[in-house]
Amino acid sequence: MRPSLLASAWFIARKDLAIEFRTRTAFLAVLVFAILGVAIFYFAWDATAVAAIDLAPGVLWVIFTFSGLLSLQRSFGVELADRAMDGLLLSPIDREAIFLGKALANLLFVLGVQLLTIPSVALLYNLPLGRTLPILFAIAVLAAVGLVAVGTLFSAMAANTRLAELLLPMLSLPFFVPVVYGAAQATATLLAGRPLAEAAPFFKLLIALDLVFLTACTLAFPYTLEE
Amino acid sequence: MTSVSVPDDARSATQTTRAASGPVLFDWLFVVAVVGMIAAYVRAIFFTPIEALQGAAQKIYYVHVPAALSAYIALGVVALMSIVYLWLHDERADRLAESGGEVGLLFLTAVLTTGPLWGKPIWGTWWTWDARLTLTLFLWFLMAGYLVLRGAVDDAAMRARYSAVLGILAALLIPFIHLSVYLFNTLHPKPILLKPERPSMPNEMLVTFLGFFAACSVLCIALIRARYRYGLERDALRALELDEGDVSE
Repeated sequence: MRPSLLASAWFIARKDLAIEFRTRTAFLAVLVFAILGVAIFYFAWDATAVAAIDLAPGVLWVIFTFSGLLSLQRSFGVELADRAMDGLLLSPIDREAIFLGKALANLLFVLGVQLLTIPSVALLYNLPLGRTLPILFAIAVLAAVGLVAVGTLFSAMAANTRLAELLLPMLSLPFFVPVVYGAAQATATLLAGRPLAEAAPFFKLLIALDLVFLTACTLAFPYTLEE
Repeated sequence: MTSVSVPDDARSATQTTRAASGPVLFDWLFVVAVVGMIAAYVRAIFFTPIEALQGAAQKIYYVHVPAALSAYIALGVVALMSIVYLWLHDERADRLAESGGEVGLLFLTAVLTTGPLWGKPIWGTWWTWDARLTLTLFLWFLMAGYLVLRGAVDDAAMRARYSAVLGILAALLIPFIHLSVYLFNTLHPKPILLKPERPSMPNEMLVTFLGFFAACSVLCIALIRARYRYGLERDALRALELDEGDVSE
């Protein structure tokens, strides 16, 4: 009997997370990259001219994008060794489930990095977070879903090309623009202490992007595989 | 042995003679397009009055807008043919999408170079993050990515599938980029000078514009056709080389 779509997706996600949990190299590398990025950004501008609170949303979401790209790179890269991808395709699960499982593992990975990066931005940039922290994490979840959906699909495609490392950012970044835009604007509204209602259009944009990207990428993924 | 190899030899022989006679890439349609473009340029430069407020810079409009419309034609071909390919798996659709992508990038480049040339004297800036400018820039990025992706995949069927998926996703992305800038613009209104209302055009200018538009559209179609034929010849040559490789083994 074939397991259900979500059950088999969770199966794939667990496999990827188990690999990650046993090696731990990628997570630590991406985390160090993200915090290094936060530090480097601090020295790229004049702290007396631009207030940290104005810069923080941009820094946070640019780091989010690039560390996300790094983690997405390995998603299908790991399946290339010993043609593990063929094994996945032979297993009795739907191709949509492979995609959703991969995307779920990537989502948890990206959110794990984010869980430690947001407080470090708050710490290093002296942000008055406090109450806004839960909402900031909510924005991170909304942004991560859209980003991971597109990124997982392109990771599957880029892994089979000659320019894998170069092609993934080139294909993904135009798609990340509306996500980063929505997340950064919502964060800026939040950090400026303005009412949450003002950020509503950006939340709507993020939710719409999540729905469209997740649906389109799940449907498109089987087409990227051989018949 | 001979009975097997004769059809192969015959096929490659006919294909060699066809290749030797030279493929017709640029045909009568291309000639019409080039003559039309030259005529349109001559009319725009010498026989169209200079606009009162903007001066000579306004004449860029005659190249800029038809180029943008032609770019939309070419990109429409990419989006449509991507859907057709995933549906029917017909390699002709893939070849047409490829042709549309290259020609589209060419016209987008023309739009993005003529735009700032007009913007500097009229707006006082080369670039502004206005909705249309941003959208055009991202269309350019998407098409560049599309062509790089095509160049990075060796297997023909895989290349066709990947690029069709990207073509469709890119078409889905466009409304969101537009929406992002729209949200941005409503929150931070731009000075009204950045969006000047064009005065309704006098007849002489309108004729020049429509002439340019017609010539540019024909050029776009002729280029896509020529690029398609080139793709056809290239694939035939590749198939021929593979055949020869099989024979020598």
